[in-house]
Amino acid sequence: MTRKNSKWDLSPAPEGTGHISLKEHYGVFINGEFQTPDHGNRFQSINPATGEVLAEITESSSQEVEQAVAAARAAYDGEWSKMGGRERGKYLYRLARMVQERSREFAVIESLDGGKPIRESRDVDVPLAAAHLFYYAGWADKLNYAFPNRIPRAIGVAGQVIPWNFPLLMAAWKIAPALATGNTVVLKPAETTSLTALKLAELIQEAGFPPGVVNIVTGHGDVGAAIVNHEDVDKVAFTGSTEVGKLIQKSIAGTNKRCTLELGGKAANIVFDDAAIDQAVEGIVNGIYFNQGHVCCAGSRLFVQESIHDELIEKLKHRMGTLIVGDPLDKNTDVGAINSQQQLSTIEQYIEVGKQEGAEFYQTDCDLPSDGFWCRPTLFTDVAQSNRIAQEEIFGPVLAVQTFRTVAEVIKKANNTPYGLSAGVWTDKGSKIFNMTSQMKAGVVWANTYNLFDPTSPFGGFKESGFGREGGLHGLSAYLDF
Amino acid sequence: MEESNKNSSKSERLEVLKTYKMYIDGKFPRTESARYYQPMVNGLSLGNVCLASRKDVRNAVVAARSAQAAWARRTAYNRAQILYRIGEMLEGRSQQFLDELVRQGVDKETAEKQVAESIDRLIYYAGWCDKYQQLFSSVNPVASSHFNFSTLEPVGVVFTVASRTCPLLGLVSLIAPVIASGNTCVVLASETCPLSAITFAEVLATSDVPGGVVNILTGRIEELTEHFSRHLDVNAIACDRLDSEVNTKIKEFAAENIKRVKTYHQDWSTDAAASPYFIQDFCEVKTTWHPIEQITESGASY
Repeated sequence: MTRKNSKWDLSPAPEGTGHISLKEHYGVFINGEFQTPDHGNRFQSINPATGEVLAEITESSSQEVEQAVAAARAAYDGEWSKMGGRERGKYLYRLARMVQERSREFAVIESLDGGKPIRESRDVDVPLAAAHLFYYAGWADKLNYAFPNRIPRAIGVAGQVIPWNFPLLMAAWKIAPALATGNTVVLKPAETTSLTALKLAELIQEAGFPPGVVNIVTGHGDVGAAIVNHEDVDKVAFTGSTEVGKLIQKSIAGTNKRCTLELGGKAANIVFDDAAIDQAVEGIVNGIYFNQGHVCCAGSRLFVQESIHDELIEKLKHRMGTLIVGDPLDKNTDVGAINSQQQLSTIEQYIEVGKQEGAEFYQTDCDLPSDGFWCRPTLFTDVAQSNRIAQEEIFGPVLAVQTFRTVAEVIKKANNTPYGLSAGVWTDKGSKIFNMTSQMKAGVVWANTYNLFDPTSPFGGFKESGFGREGGLHGLSAYLDF
Repeated sequence: MEESNKNSSKSERLEVLKTYKMYIDGKFPRTESARYYQPMVNGLSLGNVCLASRKDVRNAVVAARSAQAAWARRTAYNRAQILYRIGEMLEGRSQQFLDELVRQGVDKETAEKQVAESIDRLIYYAGWCDKYQQLFSSVNPVASSHFNFSTLEPVGVVFTVASRTCPLLGLVSLIAPVIASGNTCVVLASETCPLSAITFAEVLATSDVPGGVVNILTGRIEELTEHFSRHLDVNAIACDRLDSEVNTKIKEFAAENIKRVKTYHQDWSTDAAASPYFIQDFCEVKTTWHPIEQITESGASY
């Protein structure tokens, strides 16, 4: 019997939405209060799995950005920068605990708003966000131990702009180290996924943070630009596309602003013929189909040693056939909804490009829901190094497969990209692992595993994938002057 | 000199003038553009100095890129010994550097201090080559069964705009930390006082530093800014206190391939002008995850 196309006959197991509370409209969070600006400009945040409107979000004007930066400055000059590290840390600990307490609510809203499977928001996004806050909370009163022979001090007001793929987690990645080091924050979530950041603002309010320590303004790219270019912002932290990262780096060139950028990637996931193939297949699937491939460090280029290519691809296709694509709130779902119509169009364009360039196209034949934005797990084999699908970041569930014969060849091919965020290596041989991991021009290298994250583990890119690290001791220096 | 000539019965000896050339890939070429300029000190010309062109920048970057992987693969101990060797060679030629600094308008006392400090700085960074990694690396206690560690790697090719006013010590203070970790560099020497940089190239050439690891150009910053800061094979730029207009330009162009730009406003004669943090400035953090097999829950026991 072949199970290749058989359906796992699982009953629906949707997570309930009864216990979550969402307002019809969200204002901006400035100086400890939610405010609804007079201009009344709003946009809708929809559930990408159904198209249903979840809430209306404020489209901030320069006025709100102005107020938010002023509030952050006042909070910095006032209580926050003078508060002892131990007390600052306790605020962050408190916030971490509250996120844990309300983890189910956060997970459900994250899946509703962003389309990611509840299994991921429940087991990855929300627990990691809480862990990140908890980890940096502990640094707040230990900064003097982190940098030998240096005296660390806060920078001031941090302007932070985050993407839509891990909305709450990215907010935690940005806010936790900034506050632990004594800075104050103006944060803008991505326009399609503002909800969990605004829910986090509710917790910040509830936790009793001094007003203005964290301010959250919502809106589109121009709001982010207004924050980045505001003259009273001392530090810029951006996670998003390389294209926008370059614009930011250029726009602040004439200033003394500190900057960290966490940008795009086109990671090589490399499988040698001595790898445990079934484990590698799991890693490949996790590498590219995790979070619908909306992952900057996704293993989107698969390099397979020639001798095992056919066997591996057959197993991979079989495994892809078992992936359940559908309702993000269903606990059995493996691949959720594409985040937005715009992103779906981008992915579909790349799939067309891949076909036109002559790569061999394969997609699973699973059913897709009728409403919302969906893309089946997709595979291209016979991909050439020059193909656009092997060079450009697609940010979707599309894997480009190439082959190689020798170690030297695959190192060259894998590094032949302007990006350098992450890489994966699958082999049973230890010395080969460390040869490969040391040769990869990438900030994070996974050996016989993929797409793992931890607050203690520095994350960030080489080359055009950005600069600076988030996580671990190394993540502190981005928010400190010496 | 005059005195001894007078006393000598031989006719006055004609001094042999030195041709100041650039240093690319371990060789001393003239600029491909065949142009020159004459830096003036107190109304006197320092000589005909190469005016580097865009092509020279490109050649130097090619040399630096070609040399980088092999330089980074050397053991830290070996790089340490080579940096130490540069210090040794500089010590042996300190009189020449002293004379040249004075010729470039530095007073004798300051020149003496700067030559001595330059030698000591090389020895200082030689010592760091096999130590900074332990200082800045970490083993990260992740909440899963993985061995997870972060180490520093050189960023690659670093374009270095050397101090205008501190022609030897400023130069050494940037080159040493940049190459200590396995980077290679292209250095633009002080426009007004380029002699020390060129003579320093002669020290490098006799110090077991592989060709291409340090490349030294002479010329005008205004003319070359766009060429090095837009060059897609340059990973980082180190600048010593340029005027803000040039700085902004460099940083704007650098954004085209997300170059890391570090600007220093250091008095290079102070202790604060030397630290392992200058090495760290031109390194990338790489984090590696490796699974740890869990066979038994009992753990190791004694």
